[in-house]
Amino acid sequence: MLAVDVRELTKTYVVPEREAGLAAAARSLFARRTRSVAAVTEVSFGLEPGEFVGFVGPNGAGKTTTLKMLSGLLFPSSGHATVLGHVPSKRERAFLSRITLVMGQRNQMIWDIPVIDSLERNRVVYRVPSADYRRTLDELTELLELGELLERPARNLSLGERMKCEIAVSLIHRPRVLFLDEPTIGLDVTMQRRIRTFLADHNRLHNTTVLLTSHYMADVEALCKRIIVIDHGRILFDGALTDLVARFSPLKTVVVEVQQEGADLSRYGQVVTSEGLRHTLRVPKADTPQVTGRLLADLPVIDLTVEDPPIEDVIAQVFAGALDRSGHPAEA
Amino acid sequence: MLAIYWVYLKITVALQFQYRVAMAVWMINRIVEPTVFLVVWVTVAAARGTVGGYGAADFAAYFIVLMVVNQLTFTWIIYEFEYRVRSGELAAVLLMPIHPFHSDVADNIGYKILTLIIIVPVVILLTVLFDPAFGFRAASLALGTVALAAAYWMRMVLDWTFALSAFWTTRSTALAQIYFLVMLFFSGRLAPLELMPPWLERLSWYLPFRWTIWFPVELLLNRLDRAMIVTGFQMQVLWLVVGLVLLQVGWKLGVRKFTAVGN
Repeated sequence: MLAVDVRELTKTYVVPEREAGLAAAARSLFARRTRSVAAVTEVSFGLEPGEFVGFVGPNGAGKTTTLKMLSGLLFPSSGHATVLGHVPSKRERAFLSRITLVMGQRNQMIWDIPVIDSLERNRVVYRVPSADYRRTLDELTELLELGELLERPARNLSLGERMKCEIAVSLIHRPRVLFLDEPTIGLDVTMQRRIRTFLADHNRLHNTTVLLTSHYMADVEALCKRIIVIDHGRILFDGALTDLVARFSPLKTVVVEVQQEGADLSRYGQVVTSEGLRHTLRVPKADTPQVTGRLLADLPVIDLTVEDPPIEDVIAQVFAGALDRSGHPAEA
Repeated sequence: MLAIYWVYLKITVALQFQYRVAMAVWMINRIVEPTVFLVVWVTVAAARGTVGGYGAADFAAYFIVLMVVNQLTFTWIIYEFEYRVRSGELAAVLLMPIHPFHSDVADNIGYKILTLIIIVPVVILLTVLFDPAFGFRAASLALGTVALAAAYWMRMVLDWTFALSAFWTTRSTALAQIYFLVMLFFSGRLAPLELMPPWLERLSWYLPFRWTIWFPVELLLNRLDRAMIVTGFQMQVLWLVVGLVLLQVGWKLGVRKFTAVGN
């Protein structure tokens, strides 16, 4: 059975609409105009138990709306979803006890009291047996390096420390499915890496199913084998991260260092940068072996590497409309 | 469920210790209001002998007991709930596998326990100053305590239900001003209801407020006959049932509304 099963899930918001000005404000008192905004349109996907999937899209793409529908905070306009066999919108206790939603800027901790008290509250509310609680808390303390943070009120913690504690509070009941909405937002690189390592370890140790949204592609690359790309409420791609690059980036990046000042490499491919002896080229994927062969044969090469373009570039290309709605590159 | 109440109660106590001054300031309103009415009515009664059968010592007893009853039964959930909905904090509440009513009750009780530290000396001081005619009897105290407990649950349930209006309007606290004003007149907080205009006194029978303040106060003071005691308890049960039904239905509809729009 799938841990998360989403079929043609749709969410349409009805929002009030009026023109600027006093007259329009007065008119809206009597005849309120509204319009429908499709936040998520017929989204379908499934997550196997233990899968760690990246959910990627620009602001307003429908990521958070989808996560909220899957955690029972939003009622879908149409379509169907089940999480661990439960329909999220029914908000059954058994369902809420087995999932968690971590939202980067929302707070599940009680602001003015030590973190340990918020953990204790969740232990009782989620009915976690004392032995399990102690074991989970020890594990979270170790993996997240919480230590003395537990004794401090949430309001006295830095952004990064707060996020670590927020994650601990959200996981103390050992949820089987984690919805993570921008868990590393605003954190420095070291803290991002620590949280990333923790999430990978936690997923491996407990076989939890994770759906992660992040604007940091480093998060997605480090954690997710599979990626779902969403834009304007529609899924543009669902598959392996490597497939996304293979399918939607027709170019490779060749970085070559030659022992020759001012060499003109434009006949080998599109020159992106030329700095001293070092040149970066973009080359059609199919031509890469031939181009690297020619470079090595023609020039006094010191070093040469072939890379896929950065994942950000591939995603940006996807969002820029480089592929049509069927999920294939728009270009011929 | 008791464990849940206990953990929330401990949290509230911890929070209140963090904000001792705020807690004391909050208390002032609930001490000052009945004290002002007490002074006014005692002064009037002292000048005229009695007012509607109440002498100065009767007024003193009425308002001192009212202060305790009002302190023990009041809630601030309407303000709290509007903040939760407006700030989006409700989302975190909705993720928990527990009805937020329970945590609010525990929170309320925790605050009340702490504020006894202030209310008890105030009551003693007023008793010394105004020489009230407390007509306490063991039976009236026992029945009055039951009425007080029922009044607590009534106010908690009815205020919580009213607070649900925050799902439909972003200004539920403005509506609450009307609610509190009606409560002031019809609960007996302004004056014993027997002294109010007959139409207002009559109308108060059909509203819940009379049964949350006036009834437990008068019962504790042993001023009610058997028929009124029976009626009072019947009305409390009726309003409690009505409130619980409205709370359940309102909560379901409200969550449905909230989850339709999001935040």
